[in-house]
Amino acid sequence: MASLGIVKEVKRPKPLSTNSAIAYATKDLDVDVVSAYPITPQTTVVEKIADFIANGELDAEMIHVESEHSALSAAIGAAATGARTFTATASQGLALMHEILHIASGMRTPIVMSVAMRALSAPISIWNDHSDVMNARDSSWIIYFVSSAQEAYDTIIQAFKLAEDSEILLPVMVSYDGYVMSHTIEPVITEERDDVLKFAPKRPFSYRLDPDKPVTMGPIADPNWFYEIKYQQVIAMEKALVKAREIDEEFKKTFGRGYGIYECFMCDDAEALIVAKTSYATTLKTILPRMWEKGYKVGLLRLRLYRPFPVEDFKNILDKVNAILVIDRAISYGAPLQGPLAMEFSSLISREDLNLNLTSVVAGIGQRRMIDSDFENLVKLAWESRTKKFDKTIFYGVRT
Amino acid sequence: MSSELPGASELVIGGIITKPGNSLEYKTGDWRVLKPVIDQEKCVRCRLCWIYCPDAAIIEVEEEYTNKKGRKYKISYKVNYDYCKGCGICAEECPVNAIEMVPEYEKKR
Ligand code: SF4
Ligand code: SF4
Repeated sequence: MASLGIVKEVKRPKPLSTNSAIAYATKDLDVDVVSAYPITPQTTVVEKIADFIANGELDAEMIHVESEHSALSAAIGAAATGARTFTATASQGLALMHEILHIASGMRTPIVMSVAMRALSAPISIWNDHSDVMNARDSSWIIYFVSSAQEAYDTIIQAFKLAEDSEILLPVMVSYDGYVMSHTIEPVITEERDDVLKFAPKRPFSYRLDPDKPVTMGPIADPNWFYEIKYQQVIAMEKALVKAREIDEEFKKTFGRGYGIYECFMCDDAEALIVAKTSYATTLKTILPRMWEKGYKVGLLRLRLYRPFPVEDFKNILDKVNAILVIDRAISYGAPLQGPLAMEFSSLISREDLNLNLTSVVAGIGQRRMIDSDFENLVKLAWESRTKKFDKTIFYGVRT
Repeated sequence: MSSELPGASELVIGGIITKPGNSLEYKTGDWRVLKPVIDQEKCVRCRLCWIYCPDAAIIEVEEEYTNKKGRKYKISYKVNYDYCKGCGICAEECPVNAIEMVPEYEKKR
């Protein structure tokens, strides 16, 4: 047929939940192995992937296991052979994986895992907060917090490119709000597999289980060796900070969407900042413009890359304001500040000798309702904190 | 000692071992507190210590030995102290109590 010239197809968004968007990303990345515990607290991510495999849209091995402990163990085995490996979990599932989280990073297996963040029992809660991921923050996994289904799709692609980079080789967690995001449908643009694979080609782990070139993985390391091997992970994390930024920029050039490694919304001329992540950040974006009209010059620092922590960037941002209010959706019981993220910002402020007030706010525990008026209250509190010091963590919305 | 060993940047990541069979380089002998000493005179060459040693640290050598009663053996059993970790299993299993576990470092009286 005679060509009438190249008509560039307009990309139409699909209506997808964040769970489905992540499943689409794994399909477009042509993952080789998905190892997962198939029932609760599992989400519909793996259900959708199973559909893709059954329909012949994705040629991958789906391994159903009896626990999340086994799910991640099997993923490590798969990744050790050089396979592009994915798993997904939430809440108790992530807690049950805890031992293996450290093994995955210690063995430098570039697994990508999505986490629909939820509270940890007891009492039993199936609702959203960030206790699960905050409990796993020191496991040497790269951690992203994403704020939309589109960002989840895009970040899974970026995550594989980052994890499989030979300079990095650390596993990556892409986390988002359970229920609030995992089961909410948003418009998502997906990309062609060829384009995605061109952006994130499969780069099998340089050292892998191969009968022709035998290696031993995960051996014992006595006190003469262990420290250096853990220090290698420190260096890889430092490199990941630079690499994650580069990958996001390259992603923007390729697909037209970029996020940076953090986002500063209405930060110019702001006198105070609220630090928030995931869906809270999205809600705050809808509220801040009208609060500015009322005279509250409060900006939003949205956390996206959490591990490694963008210290230098945050230092420069904090240097320009009088106050920050950090919203935590997890509790660090008995800690100097019970908001774990607030503690990290507090240490950054004192280390860099910055002169500003920090307010620690815990909110939305076990998905306690937070609506527009609550966020307006927090904006006002952030504004007030420019001249007033709140020494203790504020447990917003709790009945005492 | 640790300053002579390679640093983090020189090591293969993740503790991956790329050279097969290198456990020979790992001398487990320095774990030992008590060492087995075989009395060649008592030993009846039954091979049980050789079978039971978990570290294959008992070696069978072609060394002739004639005991005081005139019995002649073609082989002898010895201990490879580079790998013997001093667990005492051989001494426990020896049917004629030919193996004695003696302290590595005798206290000076
Ligand atoms: S003490 Fe233990 S390790 Fe040493 S030779 Fe006897 S059985 Fe083997
Ligand atoms: S077990 Fe005792 S008798 Fe038997 S070979 Fe060993 S040392 Fe000799």
